[in-house]
Amino acid sequence: MSAVVSPIREPLVTGGKTYHQITEDLISPTERTPPASWVIGLILSIITFSFGAFCLLWTIWHGIGTWDLNRTIGWGWDITNFVWWIGIGHAGTLISAILLLFRQKWRTGVNRAAEAMTIFAVMCAAIYPGIHMGRMWMAMFIFPYPNTRGPLWPNFNSPLLWDVFAISTYFTVSVLFWYAGLVPDFATIRDRATGLRKNIYNFLSFGWTGSAKHWQRWESLSLILAGIATPLVLSVHTIVSFDFATSVIPGWHTTIFPPYFVAGAIFSGFAMVLTLMLVTRKLLSLEDYITIEHVESMNKVILATGSIVGVAYLTELFISWYSGYVYEQFAFFNRALGPYWWSYFGMMFCNVLSPQFFWSKKLRRNVLFTFFMSIFINIGMWFERFVIIATTLARDYLPSSWSFYSPTWVEIGIFVGTIGLFFVLYLAFTRVAPVVAVAEIKSILKTGGDQYVGPKNAHKMSHAHEDAHAHDAH
Amino acid sequence: MRKAVHRNMDVVYGLYDDEEIMMDAVKQANKDHLDIMDVYSPFPVHGLDPLLGLEESRLHVAGFVFGSMGTLTAFLGMTWIFTKDWPIIFGGKPYWSVPAFIPITFELTVLFAAIGMVVTFYTICGLGPGVTNPYLDDRITDDKFCIAFDKSNVDLSAVESFFAATGASEVNQKTI
Repeated sequence: MSAVVSPIREPLVTGGKTYHQITEDLISPTERTPPASWVIGLILSIITFSFGAFCLLWTIWHGIGTWDLNRTIGWGWDITNFVWWIGIGHAGTLISAILLLFRQKWRTGVNRAAEAMTIFAVMCAAIYPGIHMGRMWMAMFIFPYPNTRGPLWPNFNSPLLWDVFAISTYFTVSVLFWYAGLVPDFATIRDRATGLRKNIYNFLSFGWTGSAKHWQRWESLSLILAGIATPLVLSVHTIVSFDFATSVIPGWHTTIFPPYFVAGAIFSGFAMVLTLMLVTRKLLSLEDYITIEHVESMNKVILATGSIVGVAYLTELFISWYSGYVYEQFAFFNRALGPYWWSYFGMMFCNVLSPQFFWSKKLRRNVLFTFFMSIFINIGMWFERFVIIATTLARDYLPSSWSFYSPTWVEIGIFVGTIGLFFVLYLAFTRVAPVVAVAEIKSILKTGGDQYVGPKNAHKMSHAHEDAHAHDAH
Repeated sequence: MRKAVHRNMDVVYGLYDDEEIMMDAVKQANKDHLDIMDVYSPFPVHGLDPLLGLEESRLHVAGFVFGSMGTLTAFLGMTWIFTKDWPIIFGGKPYWSVPAFIPITFELTVLFAAIGMVVTFYTICGLGPGVTNPYLDDRITDDKFCIAFDKSNVDLSAVESFFAATGASEVNQKTI
């Protein structure tokens, strides 16, 4: 192919695959009877999700008095979990859109699953603002449609309404982008299937034929969607940070929030991608497609974004001291040494210290270590949101209204339930669609396959060149 | 030259095992003045479009037009609502508080552009939920690269000798 590839660059597809072998490897998990581990995982996920659904109904039936929120602490686990899930989603768009614009070929191994993760994480996130409203049967009031209440419009100057637009746009664009990539792969499944299965995938593949003009338009579409999804993903977490930054609460009212939130989102999202992909690659035997090289690349992103987050934490601390503003200083003193000191410690430990291990190449390429690290980061980023939200609210301007907050079983149940929902959706996804983009892997085989590139082939490649020259001379 | 749905067309097509052999064959077909109907492949083959005389896709124009519609809808809509339909003072700010409109204007620009472009893509390609387009061979979505000729457009013996000379692994005929 035309792209120039360094012979010392590590291959992205190993095992000397042919195009047909790629199809076999990636499509067959959707054709086999599910393994016992999948069935057990699904049952556990459905149980946790069912408990979450029960807690949701409990909340809706009895009202949010079933939560431990109070006058002082109006945002607790609900908004913490909302920001956590939205943040996780960001890695999928980063991989599918930003890395496409940067022509990073390693994205092809993980983009499909990462985008699925984005969509499912946004679905989990969207539950929280809905139930947080209290009367979620009036949730449509947040959308500006002509109504008989005046018409009364939402407040377009409010960051909370910006969030409605940002997240619904983000979800829609992610689904469209993801599905456009799935269409050719569904066609591959269709052409291998028979009977009812063929009909279903015929419906899903939209009549894809693989015509040259369609591929050209498909690539154009992917590139433009990536181009607009890139500022979109940055805007989404920027707007989430506006929910806090436009307030006058000490500790929230800071201009550092947008970049700090975006970096944190990518950081947590890559951790979740790694958590999922390390398990998926093992269970579906995808080691040839999601190689150690992929794991290392993602760990590098984690190291970079984790360090940005660490610098942001320290900058916040410095600025609160340097501002000379006592309320700001107290907010940070309270975060580190107040009643919730343990969550601040957890956040600092998991987010600032732990990613620094990834300076070591050996640890970056260690699958087990990476897996544990990814769990640590998921926990750390949850603590970060809890610190920002509950800790800050617990000690406001008036000491007489200081309060303490801990979640009730209902709030914990809803959180556990969204994790269940996430895994139900993800497990279902691994059965109906190829978790690695088949067509995209085929398109990088000759520039990323181990029989064509890599240190071992450097010698062979130079020979091939000599042969070609000899041929030309004749 | 290319429409998504071909009906009752007699097609003669050759399957190649590798995209590079197929690309050489397309070059040869151009030299031989054989009018290729279409090329089908399991993944986008770069460098093929100019050989087939395909112009660059204008999908980005659709994206721009739909995006602009989103910009206007959001910005003019909020302007009308907050200055004409139901003016309310929020936090002592002017009714027409432009900076506060920017986030929603941006989001709707992206939303309109994305939906408009995707719908345009499926429509002009003749794709959609439940659409069944005739296709030549099941292995085209797996590992075969197919060059197809409209039989009424070419001399069959010339095409067959072309396939033999360029290394097609299979030659078939089909009415689609």
